Amino acid sequence: MTRAAFGSLPLARLVEVHGDALVSTHAQHGDATALVESTRIVELMAFLRDDEQVSFEMLVDLCAVDHLGEEPRFEVVYHLYSVSKNHRLRVKARVSEVSCAIDSVSSVWPSANWMEREAWDLYGIRFTGHPDLRRLLLNEEFEGHPLRKDYPKEGRQLLVGTERGER
Amino acid sequence: MSEGATSEQNARGQLDEHRILSMGPSHPATHGTVKFLIELDGETIVSLDAQVGYLHRGFEKECEAGSWYQAIPYTDRLNYNSAPLANLGFCMAVEKLLGLERPERCDWLRTLIGELARVGDHLTRCGTACLELQAMTPFLYGVECRELVWDLLEAMCGARVTSNYIRIGGVKHAMPSGFPAQCRANLARIRELLGDFDDVVTRNRIFVDRLRGTGVLSQRDCLRYGVTGPLLRAAGVPLDLRKDEPYLCYDRVDFDVPIGEVGDNYDRFLVCLEEMHQSLRIVEQCLSQLEKLGPGPVDVLDPRVRWPAKGRVFNHMEELIQQFKGVTEGPCVPAGEAYAAVESANGELGFYLVSDGSAAPWKVRCRPPSLLNLAPLEKMVQGALLADLIPTFGLLNMVGGECDR
Repeated sequence: MTRAAFGSLPLARLVEVHGDALVSTHAQHGDATALVESTRIVELMAFLRDDEQVSFEMLVDLCAVDHLGEEPRFEVVYHLYSVSKNHRLRVKARVSEVSCAIDSVSSVWPSANWMEREAWDLYGIRFTGHPDLRRLLLNEEFEGHPLRKDYPKEGRQLLVGTERGER
Repeated sequence: MSEGATSEQNARGQLDEHRILSMGPSHPATHGTVKFLIELDGETIVSLDAQVGYLHRGFEKECEAGSWYQAIPYTDRLNYNSAPLANLGFCMAVEKLLGLERPERCDWLRTLIGELARVGDHLTRCGTACLELQAMTPFLYGVECRELVWDLLEAMCGARVTSNYIRIGGVKHAMPSGFPAQCRANLARIRELLGDFDDVVTRNRIFVDRLRGTGVLSQRDCLRYGVTGPLLRAAGVPLDLRKDEPYLCYDRVDFDVPIGEVGDNYDRFLVCLEEMHQSLRIVEQCLSQLEKLGPGPVDVLDPRVRWPAKGRVFNHMEELIQQFKGVTEGPCVPAGEAYAAVESANGELGFYLVSDGSAAPWKVRCRPPSLLNLAPLEKMVQGALLADLIPTFGLLNMVGGECDR
């Protein structure tokens, strides 16, 4: 059964208004997807939230993907959902390993706050303009970013205290 | 709990007598392993920092190291109150990548088991929320009720908690012969117990006073913070993926979506209570549909995800190779990406999968409703009394396994 929710309307609207910011689009398995210029991510997200035809009230999910060996290496993936229009859109932006930074969308949707902290924690992508970019799941003493493909699976780091019991 | 007075500047840059209270990570009044750093002005919460991650096991990293099938038991351990729903989300995303069409019988079985799991989850939420408010009796009604649900899960899946029941393109096995009778008997008793539960708590003055008007999150804030599930519906938004993006058999069953008015803890409690009754309705409809369909296949007949018949394996080279490859390697999923979401007991549970065409997932992202629902906790309790944090956190139903992955 195919799910009708990933409609093509939001994608068509994005192409119409911000076609110059799009790198590529596809609708594989019915999921409308737009790969956009990472430098314009905040502007595009604000448009997708405020435009009356698409009105994405919700940023449902934000995560990163490590395409080790490709350049730009990382991809930040946003899943948007419109409650009023009942449609979805996936927006992706590539982030190079050298800069490893992209603008934060937490000013557009506060739900991005914790998910960007998680992406920073596990992939080491900096979200510029984030109000409080701390690690979310791991402890502050943890070294490295474990979901990167070049981080070993057995790379456990024990959290041990000092003799005085301090961390 | 440990306390310390801060004579230095506090978070707002003022010099005053605010106290920092450190609550958790393992506190008897919270179900879930999470630490709160709370800035208190007397008994009033000025600010709150929720620190998660104590149950982080590296779910995504583990999934990327195994085959597609080996990820399913890990999904059981995300939300251990309703494991089949997490199985379902993951398998639906893989099926989307593979383009599999499942037999109708499988969908009805999945719907049935998913709704039973939802009842079990809501019972845990409502029961423990009462317990944390020092109400022991309703909690025990809830536990007895949940035992009956888990008996049914055991009869169907072979396990009570980590069911590992749903497979890519099917389910583990068909309904056992005595199941419908056992299910109907248990449903009757569950309804009775839910009635008792309702009688003891819902109009109890102390309980209502602790819940009404506390932990309020407005509709607008719910949407901005990505809050889904009963919390969002309690705020009056009738969003339920079972209705809005019907998957499995939800477009063929009759059920209602209860919503609240103001989005406080009492609304959340009432929404969950009513959702259990609606789930029981769905279970009954699934049962009669399954009886009508009779015995038959519950799996797809796709050689990529199914092993050949044993008789062929023992006598034919090709099938032997196919079986060997199926066991040692598992299916190769075509390269691509897909997102599939189910309405879990806590809200939208989504799986975003990326495949590079090999026998191991390249990326398995779980969109955890618990984490997204917990993030606006500070907004819910700011300016409220410390005691209001307990029912608010209880009815959030943050599940560490899913939140921290």
